Amino acid sequence: MKRNTVYLPVLGVFLIAAPFIFQTRYSQHVLILVLLYVALGSAWNILGGFAGQLSVGHAAFFGIGAYTAAVLASKTSLSPWWAIIAGPLFVLPIALAVGWICFRLRGPYFTLSTIAIGEMVRLVALNWSELTGGAVGVVIRPSVFSGTSKIPYYYIVLVIAVLTVALCQRISRRKLGYYLMAIREDQETAESIGIDTTKYKLVALAISASLTAIGGAFYANYFLFVDPTIVLPLALSVEIVLMSIIGGLGTVAGPVLGAVLLKLSSEVFRNEFAQANLLIYGALLVVVILFMPGGLMGGFRRLFKFGSRKAQRVSA
Amino acid sequence: MFLLEVKDLTKRFGGLVAVDSLSFNVSEGETVSIIGPNGAGKTTVFNLITGFYQPTRGEINFNGLNLVGSKPHKIALAGVGRTFQIVKPLRGLSVFENILVGAFARTGDRREARRIALDVIDFTDLAPLGDSIADGLPIGMRKRLELARSLATGPKLILLDEVMSGLNPTESTEAVELIRRLRDERGISAVAGVEHVMHVVMSISDRVLVLNHGRKIAEGTPAEISSDPGVIEAYLGK
Repeated sequence: MKRNTVYLPVLGVFLIAAPFIFQTRYSQHVLILVLLYVALGSAWNILGGFAGQLSVGHAAFFGIGAYTAAVLASKTSLSPWWAIIAGPLFVLPIALAVGWICFRLRGPYFTLSTIAIGEMVRLVALNWSELTGGAVGVVIRPSVFSGTSKIPYYYIVLVIAVLTVALCQRISRRKLGYYLMAIREDQETAESIGIDTTKYKLVALAISASLTAIGGAFYANYFLFVDPTIVLPLALSVEIVLMSIIGGLGTVAGPVLGAVLLKLSSEVFRNEFAQANLLIYGALLVVVILFMPGGLMGGFRRLFKFGSRKAQRVSA
Repeated sequence: MFLLEVKDLTKRFGGLVAVDSLSFNVSEGETVSIIGPNGAGKTTVFNLITGFYQPTRGEINFNGLNLVGSKPHKIALAGVGRTFQIVKPLRGLSVFENILVGAFARTGDRREARRIALDVIDFTDLAPLGDSIADGLPIGMRKRLELARSLATGPKLILLDEVMSGLNPTESTEAVELIRRLRDERGISAVAGVEHVMHVVMSISDRVLVLNHGRKIAEGTPAEISSDPGVIEAYLGK
């Protein structure tokens, strides 16, 4: 806790000052992407990391959030920014229905079913042209920030990311977090000590999916264009999972580190190596999985005895 | 009024009758042993009482509640704790966290849950291992952790599946002592499943049930059971 009281204010000042330190539009764009993925990775981690339910369908929730903004912009006179509230409200019943079906399955079967859900949502978006514009997509007219400055977007996504990570931190220290970890470790044991595993998995999915939809709603308002290949691809679901695995599953800091490393390196590699960037991305993943079981967080802990389990508990 | 009443409990798996018309009662603060050779149906009885299996026929009443048809977590919250024969620790969590998760069954408050967990970790003498990850513990400690995690939920009755299997003589003595203290200091009833006629376990039991092929073949005090010809036959053959 003492260490946090030193580092957190420094990090806070840096995050608030960042758009003035990095003044080019491109570097600000990269910062916005990094923070968006910090939020997405952390949101996924509640279900995938804490509760151990490896969803590879989170693009569905992201896409529904993004399409909420697109539909608000194209079919109503409301600002697409309302999607940050409306997106999670649309996603919630869908997520609960998905959970009701998919949580009957365990392990790899659950994961496969989430991939199917992701593809179903993508195909619906592709074919329901009256609502979604089909493969052509939807162009969103900017509503609030009509200028070209990226700074307002930076601060909005900063708030989303900080609130998401703070929520993860809070959950990890409370009954909900411990119950989700118990479910991850052994569902029968969890039942035997009074944990309603179905209910708590649904709670984890509801929180995770809603936060992911907020990310999607922001994305649509930032890019001002939505189509199925951008906001609903399987690759997006996979990328969210990879960030958490590389950073460290089930830890609060893991998805944050993973998002920073993967997003920064993929931008650098894209510039330096063009199409070879995916190759390097893959190599990075293999290196982390081989040499750092437990992800970067696990690796750091062993290297520096940094935030060891013992220290964590004393401060809890 | 019994704490646990089991009447005519029967479980069929296809053609196999794993538990056959079993009836028994457990009073408040009583320790009962169920002994029987491997395959006698002890684990099935525990899985039926805790809702992991549904009975083919029969009644299970606990503290005035009908447990048949209830889900395992509801039965746990009603006050029936259990341990697993093949221990199932929450592997990635520490010993203290394992117990803490159990304590959250009684309260949503973090401080209160920690207080309960600290009490249980002291009672079970696991405090020196509090920060160890459950996965690396030796079997004796894992068995004790099973009991501690269940105890933290605040049960009135604990079902201990094969408490003695895999333990060396020192660990067995410690385990028996812990079960005795469960009754004497906490007033918690226990049903202990034991494979062999072990005098150490029988010595602390108020009553002993003997199962063979899913049927109750004898019931009585430890002294009566050790001299019962039917029991001797079940273990040693005719």
